[in-house]
Amino acid sequence: MENFEFEQCEYGKGMETAIEIIGLKSHYGDMEVLKDITVSMPKGKITTIVGKSGSGKSTLLKHLIGLLKPTKGEILIGGKDISVLREEELNEVRKKMGVLFQGAALLNSLSVSDNVALPIREHTRLNESTIHIMVHMKLDLVGLSGFENFYPSQLSGGMKKRAGLARAMALDPEFLFFDEPSSGLDPVTAAGLDKLILKLRDVFKITIVVVTHELPSLFMISDHVIMLDSGEAIFAGPLDELKTADDPRIKMFLERRPEEETYSPDDYLRVIAGD
Amino acid sequence: MGVWKMPSKTESLSGLFGRRVMFFREDIHDISKLINDTFYGAFISPLKGKPIRFRASISEMVKTGYDAVPIVAVISLFLGIILALQAAYQLRRVGALIYVANLVGVSITRELGPIVTAIIVSGRSGSSFAAEIGSMKFEEEVDALVTMGINPVRFLVVPKLVAMMIMVPALTVFSDCVGILGGFLLSVSALDIHPYNYFQQTVNSLLIKDIITGLMKAWAFGIVITIIGAHEGFKVKGSAAEVGRRTTSAVVASIFLVIILDLFFTALFYYFT
Repeated sequence: MENFEFEQCEYGKGMETAIEIIGLKSHYGDMEVLKDITVSMPKGKITTIVGKSGSGKSTLLKHLIGLLKPTKGEILIGGKDISVLREEELNEVRKKMGVLFQGAALLNSLSVSDNVALPIREHTRLNESTIHIMVHMKLDLVGLSGFENFYPSQLSGGMKKRAGLARAMALDPEFLFFDEPSSGLDPVTAAGLDKLILKLRDVFKITIVVVTHELPSLFMISDHVIMLDSGEAIFAGPLDELKTADDPRIKMFLERRPEEETYSPDDYLRVIAGD
Repeated sequence: MGVWKMPSKTESLSGLFGRRVMFFREDIHDISKLINDTFYGAFISPLKGKPIRFRASISEMVKTGYDAVPIVAVISLFLGIILALQAAYQLRRVGALIYVANLVGVSITRELGPIVTAIIVSGRSGSSFAAEIGSMKFEEEVDALVTMGINPVRFLVVPKLVAMMIMVPALTVFSDCVGILGGFLLSVSALDIHPYNYFQQTVNSLLIKDIITGLMKAWAFGIVITIIGAHEGFKVKGSAAEVGRRTTSAVVASIFLVIILDLFFTALFYYFT
């Protein structure tokens, strides 16, 4: 198994590791979804996790945010192995994380400002006027000031994601995770969101992890890329190296070439008959 | 191609049985964890500086209690009338029509008030809990809560539990009163019983014990409906269609468990009070 630890390579010298995954294995039932993944992600940079649908990238993200426990392996975030932490300890780590889900996952029963205020109200004892100011600042940051009293159902897809991002930023996290930020958005809105991600990196020096399969996004925002294929990390390194990589699987992905059909009808019959 | 054998009948039967047992075991495990988390969130967390969401609880009370008042009123009123009619049908023969008051009073406070209220609440609130939590699960809102370090059970289920523990007994008291009123209206109009006699007879026949046991049942039913609704909601994984399926099974399972629990309580009170 290849190890992708950038500190050992030329490009990664002097860079600090923020997140380290060592020998991660994960199963859904009997199926192995992640097969012994060892990668690390640099601090204050944008790492994109790319791969085809079903390559395990969303599963990897779920492990990073502590929604799934690995079968084996370590996930070090800020030096702590989150796979062995108890719920309360994990919640402490989670306070330093912000997550933007694919559909933004705003609570539909709360207004935009209450959504953004939610983590602040739950984890701090600030008074309402301070919270109000903080919420206003976060919404301003994502370009949504004036939408405080709107409900998620009244927002467009792009606005929902921005509101979700404001909520993820509520507690000034050290780590930000994005699950397919451009999915379901038009190219203009998606590019706007990408720009916002870059701004967050540059202004706040946040360590950002983005799961995506959109090539324009990948080329626009990535500092560091991890590519997964059938649950294996086939590449980890800077974007430039990805572009010049020889692996046919990487080329196929970057050149947007279709895959050969895997099954002949006979094979397919055999598969469904359980042979 | 290899030869694919049909499993023998015994194999498939034991397979079916085994799978059922495994699912059942998993359900029991999940439900006990849910009960544990819910009661921890309701009674222990507030002591540790994580208060119950007061405003959410009030809004749940309005949804589960106040909004159910009209339907509970209509059904209980009719139930009282039906019960009085059926009682009169038998009691008329022995010339003991005045005992309609006893029968209506006792059967409504001890049994029908709590059970009818619980069935209405299962249909209204049990289903809505499952649908609400299920669609939140489906939309990743539950995951979002977890990643924000917020326990979804404490956030979503505890306010519902608090609301149900207060509102189901309250609705039951209301149902008792309206049911007795139904019996009263029929008796004074169609059965020619004097209103004062009916009232006196009802008051004399009812014991505090009858009302208290009814309320204890109602309280327990409230808990069961909340837990089952939430459990079915949290079980949603894949599709929007599953939300519908889970909602249906929340209603079916909670009505079933309400009846089972009722049997248990009735037997308990019969022997021990």
